[in-house]
Amino acid sequence: MSKNDLLNGHFVAWMDAEKGPESDIVISSRIRLARNLQDISFPYFMNAEKGNKTMQEIREAWRQSEDQLLSSLELLSFDNTSAWDRQILVEKHLISPEHGTAEEAYRGLLLSEDGSIAIMINEEDHLRIQVMLPGLQLEKCYDLAQKIDDALEKRLNFAFDEERGYLTSCPTNVGTGMRASVMLHLPGIAISGQRNRIFQNIHQLGMAVRGLYGEGTEIIGNYVQLSNQITLGQSENEIITNLGLITRQMVEQEKILRKSLQQEMRYQLEDRVGRAYGILTNARVINSNEALTLLSDVRLGMDLGIIKGINPYLINQLVVAIKPGHLQKRSGDEMEAFMRDVKRAEVIKEILLKSKQSEIQSEKEE
Amino acid sequence: MFCDDCKHKPATVHLTQLVNGKKFDVHLCSECAAKKGFLLFDQDKKFSIPNFLGSFLGGGFNLQDMHSLTHDSRCQNCGMVFSDIKQTGKLGCSQCYKAFDTELEPTLRRIHGNSRHVGKIPLRGGQKAFLKKELDQLKSKLQQSVKEEKYEQAAEIRDQIKLLEKQINEEESK
Repeated sequence: MSKNDLLNGHFVAWMDAEKGPESDIVISSRIRLARNLQDISFPYFMNAEKGNKTMQEIREAWRQSEDQLLSSLELLSFDNTSAWDRQILVEKHLISPEHGTAEEAYRGLLLSEDGSIAIMINEEDHLRIQVMLPGLQLEKCYDLAQKIDDALEKRLNFAFDEERGYLTSCPTNVGTGMRASVMLHLPGIAISGQRNRIFQNIHQLGMAVRGLYGEGTEIIGNYVQLSNQITLGQSENEIITNLGLITRQMVEQEKILRKSLQQEMRYQLEDRVGRAYGILTNARVINSNEALTLLSDVRLGMDLGIIKGINPYLINQLVVAIKPGHLQKRSGDEMEAFMRDVKRAEVIKEILLKSKQSEIQSEKEE
Repeated sequence: MFCDDCKHKPATVHLTQLVNGKKFDVHLCSECAAKKGFLLFDQDKKFSIPNFLGSFLGGGFNLQDMHSLTHDSRCQNCGMVFSDIKQTGKLGCSQCYKAFDTELEPTLRRIHGNSRHVGKIPLRGGQKAFLKKELDQLKSKLQQSVKEEKYEQAAEIRDQIKLLEKQINEEESK
């Protein structure tokens, strides 16, 4: 695998559900560390000259590093990464939407082969080290992020103050500079109408609940992102432990609700899942929100054993493959919304039916 | 500068008010401002300062509401003034944290419920912080050994402290 595979294919490390604990509910875990160089203007206020200089400094630190992990990363500088490719990176959760649409050539990304490590350069902060893995693996994510942080720190002067910690562009990140988050699939909580009550409690615990692509995105298809709000006055370990505990509680709640749905509303549930699968495999035109909502139902059906022959990796892949950037990449041309809806229906049908056929095949062989 | 009202806490709220063409400067600590805020400006509903002040002292999370008050401190490194920061919600550079330390303190407390870092310390840039942490530990050790009348041990620790303090001074003058 290489950067080209990440840009052209559907796969990225966090999708690999088999490798993640609790991956029927916790889709992925992510750690993001914000770091800045001393005294240089933060990216929001920097001019091209300073931007280029910062990029240069970071590039040198990466190039000269003897750290195996850091030097194994590949650099994508945005002066030669098309807007189209950046859209692909956004949809795979490798960069933020804001980074994806920015025009400055001095922005960039250091990327690992499988997309588990992605370091945004000159986004809101000079460096944003991100590690994303499948399932509930916050500690492992932090461990990797911390290694990268140490390796970079050997060659760069990070802005740090003993009182305020790591200094960041926005005061909401100062201190540890760390945002820990998990992506959860919570259809049980949604169907049983418990969502608002539970989310309210989470807010009170100092955690934020957001849509799939973070800040300012809405919750679609029962996918939510849970992350810490506080970065100052709590250690990295405390933050990770807290988020881990809350996530485990959510997983428990979701499991209980799924079970009671299965017991008390079996026919309705099977009907809902079956209809979702029916529409997805027969529709000719389908918009993104509808597709995501139905995929959530199919995923639930798969987790509960109502539908066979589909695996979670496939659904994770589909959730990304039906996004505008990926659809256009696949067809090789820019498409207007309606044509994307047509293409989306095609892609879903193709991927779902292919997996069904391979299941029938393997049953015959048995 | 101390609070005009209680005279002993640092003034963090600075107001300039125009009443019938006359200019009044008021400097208050955040607590006195909270007490006085509405009284001071209630008569003058054209300015929305009381609302701003209210939201600054108790309201939501929006940094833009904060310090909506005239302020002239400037970051020497990047040239940013506080009004720029309150407009964008973003700081200009790492030195802004020192330049606007007092202004940021309440903001940080409101966002995080805290204003002191307790997490990771970088090995290089955080050398001084590292040493200081060690110094704190040695000082409490020293007290302990004096208390226990272990004077030989105390003398050793005292020498270590001297050495550390020298190191910290060197770090600071770098």
